Amino acid sequence: MALHVVSGKGGAGKTTVAAALALALAHDGKRTLLMEVEGRQGIAQLFDTPPLPYTERKVAVSPGGGEVWALPVDPHEALLDYLEIFYNLRRAGSVLKKIGAIDFATTIAPGLRDVLLTGKACELVRRIEKNAPDAYQAIVLDAPPTGRIAKFLNVNSEVSGLAKVGPIHKHAQLVMSVIASPRTAVHLVTLLEEMPVQETIDGVAELRADGLPVGGIFVNMTRPSMLSAHQLVQARAGTLPLDDIAAAAAGAGVRLDPALVAAALGQEAEDHAARVDLETRERLRIDELDLPTFTLPMIPDGIDLGALYELALKLRSEGVR
Amino acid sequence: MTVRGRVAVDAPALRIDDLLGDRSIRIIVCTGAGGVGKTTTAAAIALRAAEQGRKVCVLTIDPARRLAQAMGLTTLDNTPRAVEGIDGSGTLHAMMLDMKRTFDEVVEAHSDPDRAQAILDNPFYQSLSSSFAGTQEYMAMEKLGQLRTEADRDGTWDLIVVDTPPARNALDFLDAPARLGSFLDGRFIRILTAPARGAGRGIGKIAVMGFGLFTGVLSKILGAQVLSDIGTFVAAIDTTFGGFRERADATYALLQDPGTSFVVVATPERDALREASYFVERLKADSMPLAGLVLNRVQLVTLGDMSEEEAIASADRLEDGDDTDQLTATLLRLHAQRQQIAGRQHHLAERFTAAHAGVPVTTVPALAEDVHDLEGLREVGHLLADA
Repeated sequence: MALHVVSGKGGAGKTTVAAALALALAHDGKRTLLMEVEGRQGIAQLFDTPPLPYTERKVAVSPGGGEVWALPVDPHEALLDYLEIFYNLRRAGSVLKKIGAIDFATTIAPGLRDVLLTGKACELVRRIEKNAPDAYQAIVLDAPPTGRIAKFLNVNSEVSGLAKVGPIHKHAQLVMSVIASPRTAVHLVTLLEEMPVQETIDGVAELRADGLPVGGIFVNMTRPSMLSAHQLVQARAGTLPLDDIAAAAAGAGVRLDPALVAAALGQEAEDHAARVDLETRERLRIDELDLPTFTLPMIPDGIDLGALYELALKLRSEGVR
Repeated sequence: MTVRGRVAVDAPALRIDDLLGDRSIRIIVCTGAGGVGKTTTAAAIALRAAEQGRKVCVLTIDPARRLAQAMGLTTLDNTPRAVEGIDGSGTLHAMMLDMKRTFDEVVEAHSDPDRAQAILDNPFYQSLSSSFAGTQEYMAMEKLGQLRTEADRDGTWDLIVVDTPPARNALDFLDAPARLGSFLDGRFIRILTAPARGAGRGIGKIAVMGFGLFTGVLSKILGAQVLSDIGTFVAAIDTTFGGFRERADATYALLQDPGTSFVVVATPERDALREASYFVERLKADSMPLAGLVLNRVQLVTLGDMSEEEAIASADRLEDGDDTDQLTATLLRLHAQRQQIAGRQHHLAERFTAAHAGVPVTTVPALAEDVHDLEGLREVGHLLADA
């Protein structure tokens, strides 16, 4: 697999998963590139570096000497690249900018922006095929959210209204020959909650309908049950032995009124059981998709560099290579 | 003991009921990063307003299926539909935006039938009006303007609640109308269409560098057919240019009106709050009235007075005991984890309030289930108002 496209519902942790995946794939001395396309500088924030320029730059080393590089792709710069690579026209850029043509191409012209962004990813993939010295072993693309992913990737249909023939059309076809191939996998990040799971199911259907290769489902921020099945039943029914719990809490030296503590713990256990039920129910719906599934835990302290390494190791243990 | 689910942030309370009770407020815009619960918040605010006697229309962009069903929205037909089951004397209408339909209507309203048809048939127009980037934002604002005009004319509604599109960034909907307006009115398009309008007009300095070279470059990039489609499109909408631009300006002015109020929605997560911060700054810079921040999906903690450390210390003491001791230890650890999450959320919320002193805040606890019906929306409305 050369190109990993990571999408998912907003708030599900797309950027975090993309970064952890890039780290996991960089294990054993490999070199991976993490790309972002939404101009949010999410990679810089995650890796705790100043805003990154539009250049490939190393942001982390992985256990075993691998490296993660980062590239925030800016549509303006990608357009200038495109002019340079295909037409040797970079110098025309400043004139085009002055009259608003660059703005037009990157913001207004339907789909053109997406062709430029996905085009950059494909150029990086083709480096691998050409065995270029600056090739990466894998490209991880932090892509737009599920609601827009099929449209974003399916640049062929996007530009078809704009350009039925001509150079942009040809370029779009070239891009599609990489994206809709076994070299690419589109992964979806979800939470075990109703709306994100529904969006994931709809997203998989949409990707398949468009002939785009679906990779795996990354189930993020799970909260595994800390209670046994029997205890969950009790917590749900409100039949936990609260008097005994109060006595145990008193024995452990809690400062507050033990009865109050036991009642509150019982309430929290009930909330926990409801959450576990929800996750179990939603997990079944994910399983029905019959796709490779990777599970990442909720990190109560929030995501920092250390947490990324932890998540990357978890992905390795789940078989990410 | 701390009230369940309250993050005690050091900020004035956002009193939703005061906002809804203020009859001079006629538009409420809910905005924020993707996935924070904007649509649900907008729907809950709209329902609460209606049940307090206001005549409300809620404009949603892309509601989750079950939320749409909760409001009786089954078709996307670009028309406000009455929501059944409202308690009290108010009314609630809800609609989903159909951006292409809205765009077509703008064209039809500003051109004679022949010209309108020419525009609607143009390939460039077709991809522009159904493409996702920018058009949706523009059309959401256009629809808001239309609803407001209708409300003023017919008195159908005295409050419009609008949800903003899931844009690349939440500010896009403020900029999209101006961007499209300046494109339609700008230099680039004058150059593209110069041949159609008589050479020389509007070309200016570019003529010096050689117009032929310039169009040559553009043809290379875009293809000659595209240039010609754009040219025809622009020539066709030439007469309605002013209309487009004026409408974009009018909508922008509407957002600055004291009768408009913005509600920024965020979850207590770093990215969502950062986006909320940008938004608060932008509203200030553009003189747009901010009601406050809704902090959504806040971790519930029942036993707020027992710290994470104390819970862990007590759990450690019980670890080697009997079954009850071990169960109690597990519950204490569960509590410690909740406190840890709540503590992080609190810290993030404090950073926001420190940076934006005086911005009112209300919190809504994380609910186990998504909202499926009016009862669920009522509950969210109640939690929102209970600042």
